[in-house]
Amino acid sequence: MKVIVPVKRVPDPYGRVRLNASGALDLADIKWVVNPFDEIALEEAVRMRERGAAVEIVAVSVGTAECEPILRTALAMGADRAVLIESAEGVGDSSTVARMLHAVIARELPDLVLMGKQAIDDDNGQVGGRVAARWGAPQATFASAIEVSTDGKSATITREVDSGRETLRVTLPAVITTDLRLNEPRYVALPAILRARSKPLDRIAAATLGEMPAARLSVVRMEAPESRRRGRRVGSVAELVSALRDEAKVI
Amino acid sequence: MEVVLVVLEMTGEEIAPSSLPAITFAQRLVERWGAVFDVLVLAGPRAGGIGGAAISFGARTVWCASADALAHPTADSAAAVCRLAMAASGASCLVGAASSFGKDMLPRAAELADLPMVSDVIALAPDASGRRFQRPMYAGNITATVEISERAAAFSVRASAFEAPRRSAAQSEVREVAFEAANLPRGTEWISADAPMQTRPDLTSARVVVSGGRPLRDAETFERLLGGLADTLGGAVGATRAAVDGGLAPNELQIGQTGKVVAPALYIAAGISGSVQHLAGMKDSGVIVAINTDPDAPIFEVADYGLVADLHQAVPELTRTLSSARPGAPAPRVEKPQG
Ligand SMILES: Cc1cc2nc3c(=O)[nH]c(=O)nc-3n(C[C@H](O)[C@H](O)[C@H](O)COP(=O)(O)OP(=O)(O)OC[C@H]3O[C@@H](n4cnc5c(N)ncnc54)[C@H](O)[C@@H]3O)c2cc1C
Ligand SMILES: Nc1ncnc2c1ncn2[C@@H]1O[C@H](COP(=O)(O)O)[C@@H](O)[C@H]1O
Repeated sequence: MKVIVPVKRVPDPYGRVRLNASGALDLADIKWVVNPFDEIALEEAVRMRERGAAVEIVAVSVGTAECEPILRTALAMGADRAVLIESAEGVGDSSTVARMLHAVIARELPDLVLMGKQAIDDDNGQVGGRVAARWGAPQATFASAIEVSTDGKSATITREVDSGRETLRVTLPAVITTDLRLNEPRYVALPAILRARSKPLDRIAAATLGEMPAARLSVVRMEAPESRRRGRRVGSVAELVSALRDEAKVI
Repeated sequence: MEVVLVVLEMTGEEIAPSSLPAITFAQRLVERWGAVFDVLVLAGPRAGGIGGAAISFGARTVWCASADALAHPTADSAAAVCRLAMAASGASCLVGAASSFGKDMLPRAAELADLPMVSDVIALAPDASGRRFQRPMYAGNITATVEISERAAAFSVRASAFEAPRRSAAQSEVREVAFEAANLPRGTEWISADAPMQTRPDLTSARVVVSGGRPLRDAETFERLLGGLADTLGGAVGATRAAVDGGLAPNELQIGQTGKVVAPALYIAAGISGSVQHLAGMKDSGVIVAINTDPDAPIFEVADYGLVADLHQAVPELTRTLSSARPGAPAPRVEKPQG
């Protein structure tokens, strides 16, 4: 089985994201990491291989040369090789990212594309469904458990949904997106990081993937949301109750 | 003239109230554009009757798509039907709620229709072009204004940012979407749902949410303390990721950047540190109460009322005080603040 894991470079979720004076992202203190949901996808692919299911794991990122370190992290986590779709002029919108990923998928012909349910920077949550549609493959999003059948022809997925959980079966090839509870990614140890240095990382110029339409969605302005007025401390439950009743009038 | 198609969701055999804010967004969009909107109802074999429930919102047409396979619509089949309904209605835009159903199905439908998509839209930007919208990014740390290049796009609508839709006197015509059920994609098979019976109000539309985090210890304590307080207030229960990961609460209670987004009139956060990821899902609440042992916990920065206390004492005391203060109950023994 071949598994493709698209990975995005995003700011560390535990860091602070700020805007600078000109309203752009303040890049000064940002630590860049693999999107947490993509880490979960990588971990799941590695576990499939450990169970004897997955044969080859290919990590793919769309972006600039700055994405190389996160592809190396993916290799250290257990990907066999990595592909960087290099696009100096930015990645466009979710639709162009999906097109570029699909172009690589159409070459590699994986049995499974395992990816994040959302990138925690733009919080779009679109690329999974778009790739599946473009590829004409079934999709199962928000997976908290995945079981690939022994013949490798289908997978049974438990999904986290608004009402609880749902179970689906998809025929492979398919696109599955990960949710938080799927697994806990392992800690990457130094020997694995060293080994990752000699694993193959191919670069493909985005321009060679065929004509890409211009982005049809753009961010024209970013601002900090209005912050809440700071409240006050109450000294006891009784004081809290009277504040809620007499001051805020919410109970 | 543009046509905007709104896809509604079902719970059982009824239209899910949580999907109605998508209509509110569409009403504003078509008002701005001088356009019209249609509604699509996807359901099992009885969709025809259900469509009738959607005729009073001012839609031109209510489209019903019914097939056995749509009783539990998968993204593959729902997106395929949306594509057909867009063609039948001449729609250039597709709108749905940013629920787990919408987040699953809308991007697929957007790609099938070759449209850009604005995820989690919270407002129409005051802009002459009518093509600018606001949406949160970076766990709500940034509000972005985004622009679509033409009046053709998909939108997932953040329900907590829009009120219920206006009713209209005129009734929509009801029509069937014509399609061969046998031609729907069959790569995905719905097997089962594990949806616990809801005894409390829907989390995303509840007036009061009582929410808890890691220090609740176990599922029994979580339910006893927070469920007890929620029931006293007629509210819903929510949780942090840490509480869900730790098995204290089921996944459908997770509030935050990667869970549900709520904006109740009253949000009570007990034993919640206030991570950016959690704040992303609740900071637009009316009144926020924080109960935390750590006086420096970040949750206090967004709280209207902060109580530095152990929740294991404070929450039961709060429940007792409130239940004894209910109408008909003996008068509460609340001490008068001094001075
Ligand atoms: C990709 C990603 C997505 C995420 N998505 C979400 C999300 O959607 N929602 C979400 O909530 N989190 C999310 N998180 C996790 C988030 O970063 C925090 O880890 C999480 O919100 C912390 O939960 P908590 O407040 O319950 O636990 P902690 O941070 O451990 O806080 C517990 C708090 O309880 C207080 N406390 C301890 N004992 C008591 C007591 N007896 N009485 C009163 N107070 C007490 C402590 O002082 C502390 O402030 C996400 C993280 C990542 C990386
Ligand atoms: N630039 C990118 N390169 C590789 N994968 C990406 C990229 N952007 C998004 N993805 C994948 O798509 C998922 C969803 O991202 P998004 O739709 O942008 O929220 C991510 O978790 C990644 O798996």
